[in-house]
Amino acid sequence: MEFWNANLPYILAGISVGGQYALIAIGYTMVYGILRLINFAHGDVFMVAGLMMVYLSASLPLTLAIPLMMILTVALGFAIERIAYKPLRSAPRMSIMISAIGMSYLLQNLALYVTGGLNQVYPNIPWISDPITIGTAVTKRVTIITPVLTIVLVFALVMLINHTKIGMAMRAVSKDFETSQLMGIKINSVISATFIIGSFLAAVGSLLYFTNYTGVVPTSGAMPGLKAFVAAVFGGIGSIPGAVVGAFIIGICENIIKGLGWTTFSDAFTFALLIVILIAKPTGLFGEKNIDKV
Amino acid sequence: MNKKTNYIVSAALLLGLLVLIFVLEHVLPPTSMLFVVLKKGAIYALVAVSMNLLNGFTGLFSLGQAGFMLLGAYTYGIFTIPVQARASVYQYFDGGIIRFTLPVPVALVLGGVVAAGFAYLIGLPVLRLKSDYLAIATLGFAEIIRAIFQWDALGPVTNGSNLLRKFPTFNSAIFPFVVAGICIAIIALLINSTYGRAFKAIRDDEIAAEAMGINLAKHKMEAFCISSFFAGVGGALLAMFQTTIQASAFKSAMTYEILLIVVIGGIGSITGSVIASFLFIGCSEWWLRFLDMDTYIGSFHVPLLRAGFRKVVFAVVIMAMVLFYRKGIMGDREFSLERIGNFFKNFGRKKTAAAKED
Amino acid sequence: MSDKTNILRVENVTMQFGGVVAVDNLSLTVDEHEIVSLIGPNGAGKTTAFNVITGVYAPTNGCVYFKDDMILSNHPQGKMKKMYSGKNAGMYTRVMEKTPDQITKLGLARTFQNIRLFKTMTVFENVLVAMHMRRTSNIFSATFHLNGKEEAQMRADAENLLKVVGLYDERDENCTSLPYGKQRHLEIARALATKPTLLLLDEPAAGMNPQETDELTAFVRRVRDEFDLTVFMIEHHMDLVMEISDRIYVLDFGHTIAQGTADEVQNNPRVIEAYLGVQADA
Repeated sequence: MEFWNANLPYILAGISVGGQYALIAIGYTMVYGILRLINFAHGDVFMVAGLMMVYLSASLPLTLAIPLMMILTVALGFAIERIAYKPLRSAPRMSIMISAIGMSYLLQNLALYVTGGLNQVYPNIPWISDPITIGTAVTKRVTIITPVLTIVLVFALVMLINHTKIGMAMRAVSKDFETSQLMGIKINSVISATFIIGSFLAAVGSLLYFTNYTGVVPTSGAMPGLKAFVAAVFGGIGSIPGAVVGAFIIGICENIIKGLGWTTFSDAFTFALLIVILIAKPTGLFGEKNIDKV
Repeated sequence: MNKKTNYIVSAALLLGLLVLIFVLEHVLPPTSMLFVVLKKGAIYALVAVSMNLLNGFTGLFSLGQAGFMLLGAYTYGIFTIPVQARASVYQYFDGGIIRFTLPVPVALVLGGVVAAGFAYLIGLPVLRLKSDYLAIATLGFAEIIRAIFQWDALGPVTNGSNLLRKFPTFNSAIFPFVVAGICIAIIALLINSTYGRAFKAIRDDEIAAEAMGINLAKHKMEAFCISSFFAGVGGALLAMFQTTIQASAFKSAMTYEILLIVVIGGIGSITGSVIASFLFIGCSEWWLRFLDMDTYIGSFHVPLLRAGFRKVVFAVVIMAMVLFYRKGIMGDREFSLERIGNFFKNFGRKKTAAAKED
Repeated sequence: MSDKTNILRVENVTMQFGGVVAVDNLSLTVDEHEIVSLIGPNGAGKTTAFNVITGVYAPTNGCVYFKDDMILSNHPQGKMKKMYSGKNAGMYTRVMEKTPDQITKLGLARTFQNIRLFKTMTVFENVLVAMHMRRTSNIFSATFHLNGKEEAQMRADAENLLKVVGLYDERDENCTSLPYGKQRHLEIARALATKPTLLLLDEPAAGMNPQETDELTAFVRRVRDEFDLTVFMIEHHMDLVMEISDRIYVLDFGHTIAQGTADEVQNNPRVIEAYLGVQADA
């Protein structure tokens, strides 16, 4: 009981941030599943969504600012794909990864330029940032909302993938890119849809994340993005449930480590986990093996 | 022009360059930005070439360079802080564990050796992964190394999250030029040897290379360790340039900058990496600085120009290069006096032909 | 049986991927200086058999001998123990695996179904890099060019090989600028640079017109004679196969359905059935 009381705030924080990582991780895993690309810029899209909210809420009421932020974030994700990835679809893999890194660099520097390097404070969104008490811990309501919302969205997404035409197209493209094209699937639409969904989830994730950690700086997206990617790999790249499970595990473990006093290593833990999974089971918890033909 | 003449002329050119720097250092004020660009450019050139060896010539997409630079920098710093200064540097750790000092050249080489040693350990599990996973795994290792070096429990050795300082530094730009030059020359020799050809074969077609008798694991490890060795030396040089070392400075952003230099110069071209390094550093530290200043033309306040704009322009230029000019400045070719000679010959020929037609 | 030296002996090799048996209890031999062909419909398992022999895959069961020494051996392990649906499950107890480069060092060299030349290199460099495996220098002596003699020898050998093979004139051109037929010759020349005893050719005549196929037929024979080789070949071009082979193995669904000389195989009803199908009314 002592352990529970002492660590409850950390466990709750872990569940909360785990859900936020999950929302970002889905974007990574979906894009990788279809394009075999690690979208390095995805974490920075998440950060830009946070910044957009800061600026929009300064001049608009929240009821307008929130949907507008979502629309703009989705537009950003869509634009990035069209500008930086589409032209390189037939280029060697290294080129498109470098493009993703370059895009990440550009977004971070744009943010640095626009904010002047000053820490921006996320607006207070009523109700979800209200304090509530769970057991002996006091936390914000967003801590509970996050896992619930995450699960609801993931459920909706899995329904979409398994029961709609566009979902079937997505599954086909991630299995075999070229054949899907030959079968008449509009590749561009499928890829755009993937980025749109991923960016939308990242926007929701940013709303929840920055309500908890209210400082937004240009590098705010780098760590969560990298951790979300590790979560996707851990769960099995290409598997959405896997990414979600991985994200929650990372979020909870990271915070328990902080609770035990090893804060310097809470980030390193994620990478250690990555290395372990890449060595032990590179296809992740729920992944499938691929056999290359010689 | 045969190989020997090529070598002699190249050596002469480099010597001439050193003389030029010597002269400049006596003519220009020491605070001139030119020297910052020369020094930092030379150091980044070495690290870029080491990354090109791995990514461009062997085809192993690794993003761990910053981690190896960190190892080299710290090894150098830890072993060259003068014994009398240790108490003040390691003020929170009772002067630290290490109580002796090594001479600078030994410490430089040791920096490389330590980096290569870590590369060996990291490479054992990581080198058999596919390219995207290799990139993320090496990135992850670099971050882990950075976290370890900020850990206060290791303070007696690393000074934890505090700066390392008071170690020997250099004044003249000739020093980094000579050290980087020697290292780059060694890498060039390696590329031109039978091992270099084996690396290129691995890059072109791993399966065919293996079928031709090239042991993949061994050769990949060799490329990885050698690349990391020189990244470590580069890190040590960087420490000497910056006069302080702090683990938090060796973020993955540093690796990204090196990668961008390699891409701009041309993946698979040593001369490209060197040229691009000086261009990159020149632009980022010196020539494009005006983009960061509030500028007025008369009383017209030029919009957009303020702090941070330089980096944005930079990033846009890089994206443009990646999208439209993927081969980089040099593509996969090297500097060749023969080619320059041919270029002028053809130029002259065209001119005389045009003149004849008149 | 002849008193010729046996070069390759494949014994009861089965290759199973998950639930699919690609090579089913295959046994074959290749004797010195023979040209033996492996034919069969698409998907019969021919390239898989090659991949097992050259170390790309470890066989699920069975073993392989080279010059009467065992070089590969395996039996079903782990998950495969339950899934194994092939024969001779208990026969082999030793486990001996090799990577493709180890196989090449023993003296077996191969070419590929889809040409795998080193695209950024010239014709000369493609052949030169195959000499790397015979080096005695280490990376330090090679870097500092202390291995001058060895390097000169490698270059001389590569030049000679190109002259013999007829590609000397194109030696400084990028290998991708060669016409298709010559690229195939180059791939064979590159394999020869590893100084093999046994040459494995995977569909060397693929994509060739009749004239190119004739040239290749003469080329393979000449190479076998001049380099004192044994040749084991997968091929679909029947004119090449029937013209050049000393013996032929016919594979279908992963196992041999016939073997013998060209005449014997051509008139074998099972072979005819596998290639042309059986009449519907019969």
